[in-house]
Amino acid sequence: MSSPEVAAPISRAGAGTLQLLGNELATQFGRWRTWAMLTALALVPILLGVAVRLVGGSRPGRGPAFLDQITDNGIFVALAALTVAVPLFLPLTVSVAAGDAIAGEAGHGTLRYLLTAPAGRVRLLLVKYLAAAAFCLAATLTVVVVGVLVGSILFPIGPVTLLSGAQVSFGEGLLRLLPVAAYASVSLFGLAAIGLFLSTLTTVPIGAMAATAILAVAAQIVGAIPQLDAVHPWLFTDLWLDFGDLLRSPIVWDSFARNALLQGGYILVFGAAAIARFTTKDVLS
Amino acid sequence: MTTPTPVNPIAGADLSIETTGLTKRFGAQTAVDAVDLAVPRGAVYGFVGPNGSGKTTTIRMLLGLLGATDGQARVLGSPMPRALDTVLPRVGALVEGPAFLPFLTGAQNLRRFDAADRHSTRRTRESRVRAALDRVGLTHAAEKKAHAYSLGMKQRLGLANALLMPRELLVLDEPTNGLDPQGTREVRALIRSFAADGTTVFVSSHLLAEVEQLCSHIGVMSGGRLVAQGTLEEFRRAGARERVQIRTPDSEAAHAVLASLGFEIDGRNAASDLDLVTGVMPDGTEAEAIVTALVTAGVRVRGFEVVRDSLEQRFVALTGEGFDVVA
Repeated sequence: MSSPEVAAPISRAGAGTLQLLGNELATQFGRWRTWAMLTALALVPILLGVAVRLVGGSRPGRGPAFLDQITDNGIFVALAALTVAVPLFLPLTVSVAAGDAIAGEAGHGTLRYLLTAPAGRVRLLLVKYLAAAAFCLAATLTVVVVGVLVGSILFPIGPVTLLSGAQVSFGEGLLRLLPVAAYASVSLFGLAAIGLFLSTLTTVPIGAMAATAILAVAAQIVGAIPQLDAVHPWLFTDLWLDFGDLLRSPIVWDSFARNALLQGGYILVFGAAAIARFTTKDVLS
Repeated sequence: MTTPTPVNPIAGADLSIETTGLTKRFGAQTAVDAVDLAVPRGAVYGFVGPNGSGKTTTIRMLLGLLGATDGQARVLGSPMPRALDTVLPRVGALVEGPAFLPFLTGAQNLRRFDAADRHSTRRTRESRVRAALDRVGLTHAAEKKAHAYSLGMKQRLGLANALLMPRELLVLDEPTNGLDPQGTREVRALIRSFAADGTTVFVSSHLLAEVEQLCSHIGVMSGGRLVAQGTLEEFRRAGARERVQIRTPDSEAAHAVLASLGFEIDGRNAASDLDLVTGVMPDGTEAEAIVTALVTAGVRVRGFEVVRDSLEQRFVALTGEGFDVVA
């Protein structure tokens, strides 16, 4: 009965984890719900672009950042849409993806079959987290890519004036959107770790999703209260909108690094909490 | 409550499942209370008991889904849950009903569970999934979404999941739940074929008829305790004693006759049954001979009946409560 593959267990375990991750990604991006959420996110730049096209641009200083520049250069649709989506829409969809990770399996009853396969509890958490992180990336890219497409259809495109005043070619401007998208994705990684942890606490996925989304909003509210500025640097939402540095010339990576460090801290803390909780949990679902 | 009469535990055998003092408490409630299971390799072990008697909780502990409050469990010779990673790939399981992601097809669900097993090989995945679906008769529904499956089809898909890899032990919790009579027969035939391959099958059920037809060994749970365990033969023998019930106004004389025939007399019955004499028949006694002897001795026989304890009565006696005995 023993399979010949039991030799080389370490490399096989690695390959097995990749297989499980591949299967998880295919499941996540094959389901209707994921595409509904990505479609909703795509509507943000579409609505923004169409509204500005129909009504006309806003005066400088009014509305979300970058909004006043859209009529000059379509590429700013992507940046304005990202600014609009980061505080609420992106965290909402990430809350759904991350909050569902374990609780959804528990709710369907499939958790007991994954664990008796045996998937391994830590390995399952790792795969679920990587899938949630992949969703963060897909969500951000959806906003940015659709933003560029909508912008280039509805508005003139050309050389991009950076925040520092320098002008770069449209092509280089597009390249600058990559670190911006990466920044927004990294911003969501901490939230995804929180969602994963909350997901190990319940068998009701909607509860974990709602709790994650509420935390994202609550952190931003705390971040908006000046009297609480002592805790601001510790909030996972603190640097969410600070991707402007990536639009200077030369590019300034400081805020990217600080944000990555902050999110990494949240990943460590909530990842450890999720592992501690999940590896000792009685699975009754 | 009836005093449990444990059948001799299976001692010294090569055991697929062995627990000692396995206990699970949820707060103040003790769901499983010091259970000592002994499931010999190659057995078809029927794990029976009323709903809520602790069967599923025990199974969840054997599979490492629940941590035991106390006691030890060894599965395929290794301690659980410590050796979970090496034990579970050799164990196929159906726990508390099948479960699938409803938006995936039957085949996709099986591929997913197979990918979760790090010992499975991707190269053979497709053929193993097809073979498992074929074995449970679901080939035609492989590409249907799981939410469109009937309860019986889900049950079969659950069995297919347990068969994705060659297994040394199958743990099947209520495998015929929700199946129609034909599906039930097919699943029983499947279980027999697993056993014929040498696989140990640990099957929980609340259906006695099923256990009687399938199993070589039986363990009876009641109120979280294992109240009896042994081979089906031992259970049959323990429950196979035939007794006679005689209605007669001449009970003294009847007792004398039965005693002379070698009967084990139950003694006088309660006041309301003054005229009822019962006794356990010695082996090889013919009912006709008893009647002849009674009549010859001048006992006025108003009623005569030979009663055989069914396995069912024995279970009711052991579990001391209502038991779902519908086949």
